[in-house]
Amino acid sequence: MADKTPHAHGAALSEMDIRVRALETLLTEKGYIDPAALDAIIETYEHRIGPHLGARVVARAWADPAYREWLLRDATAAVAEPADFGFVGRQGEHLVAVENTPEQHNLVVCTLCSCYPWPVLGLPPAWYKSAPYRSRAVIDPRGVLADFGLTLPARTRIRVWDSTAEIRYLVLPMRPPGTAHLGEAELAALVTRDSMIGTGLARAPGAGVAA
Amino acid sequence: MNGPHDLGGAMGFGPVQPERDEPVFHEAWERRAFAVTLAAGFLGRWNIDMARSARESLPPARYLGSSYYEIWALGLERLLQARGLASAAEIQAGRAIDPPLPDVRAVPAQAVAGVLARGGPTLRAAAAPARWQTGDRVRARNIHPVGHVRLPRYVRGHVGVITAIHGAHVFPDSNALGQGEQPQWLYTVMFSGRELWGPDGTADSVCVDCWESYLEAAPSENAPA
Repeated sequence: MADKTPHAHGAALSEMDIRVRALETLLTEKGYIDPAALDAIIETYEHRIGPHLGARVVARAWADPAYREWLLRDATAAVAEPADFGFVGRQGEHLVAVENTPEQHNLVVCTLCSCYPWPVLGLPPAWYKSAPYRSRAVIDPRGVLADFGLTLPARTRIRVWDSTAEIRYLVLPMRPPGTAHLGEAELAALVTRDSMIGTGLARAPGAGVAA
Repeated sequence: MNGPHDLGGAMGFGPVQPERDEPVFHEAWERRAFAVTLAAGFLGRWNIDMARSARESLPPARYLGSSYYEIWALGLERLLQARGLASAAEIQAGRAIDPPLPDVRAVPAQAVAGVLARGGPTLRAAAAPARWQTGDRVRARNIHPVGHVRLPRYVRGHVGVITAIHGAHVFPDSNALGQGEQPQWLYTVMFSGRELWGPDGTADSVCVDCWESYLEAAPSENAPA
């Protein structure tokens, strides 16, 4: 067992490297895990599943009023339907979409761990899993948004969604102005990961890449 | 349990620090920690509530001082021992010492996509009608169980309104203890920011998903305090 004394950042990482290798070797020798299965898991979440999928859902909802209505009524079905997207699975078994409007802005957090809608957004960013975000999102969401450089009008109410159960939340951001002429693929390019968590807004067309 | 994981409303952690062009994993070992944890979970020897319970019952200073995937790895070490898949000596040595359990076999690479796509839905048949309806006022119970619980401290004792009913879902408190799924109705309860934080918050409302036994009827709005 590694000792518990505090380490410098780099030293702590090498300790974890050893510790995780030990687990992988042990479980492989036992026949409990297949190293090729680990590679398949990593490939899935590092390269195949990510916020580009959720962006397509948002773009469809902007472009197609009937799809928007379906998404807001039953997001699980609306993103799982194979003819549309077929986004299903782990940490997205029960999905709810919440819509931002000029009157109400939605922000998603998991104060107890790091629940996040994997099939449409991939794995959460480090800040989403961090103590600063998890502690402050529910008490001071305007302060959190300021950390992202976002200040909303005082008249916009802020509703925070704490993912305490197996329901996962996807924010449907507001469609930026000046996008009436754009197709779904171009619209999807404006949808940032943060806009689907509620810590950002969708990009305006022609704007640079936002955080 | 009132553990270090229950962070809602805690102070002193500093600003959120978004990272531009953040990679999915920051270190090579994080990839393996993530995948080993999922692959070991595929064996079905524990459920997601046991996994969360193992992580949140780390000593508070250890939990708060550890990175996310460090907590996962430490949680996995605990689960493997608690469920009899590995001994402390094996974990320390990083190699198999005892023979494997006869009925436990690795999920092969070709099965991974199917397992991930199936996920772990928690919706179950309801044994009884839902106690509350949308629009009902309820109070989050003032409970402090020593085991796993998904009712955050910051809502306990506070009154909110039911805004959605999600059907009956696996109850994490019993599932984490290996006492079965015992499904309960799951509700979204909306609390006003004023109710939770008085004059000191900036949230207009906070929605929390609550199992039925976490809730009780709210006192009448007109009753004397």
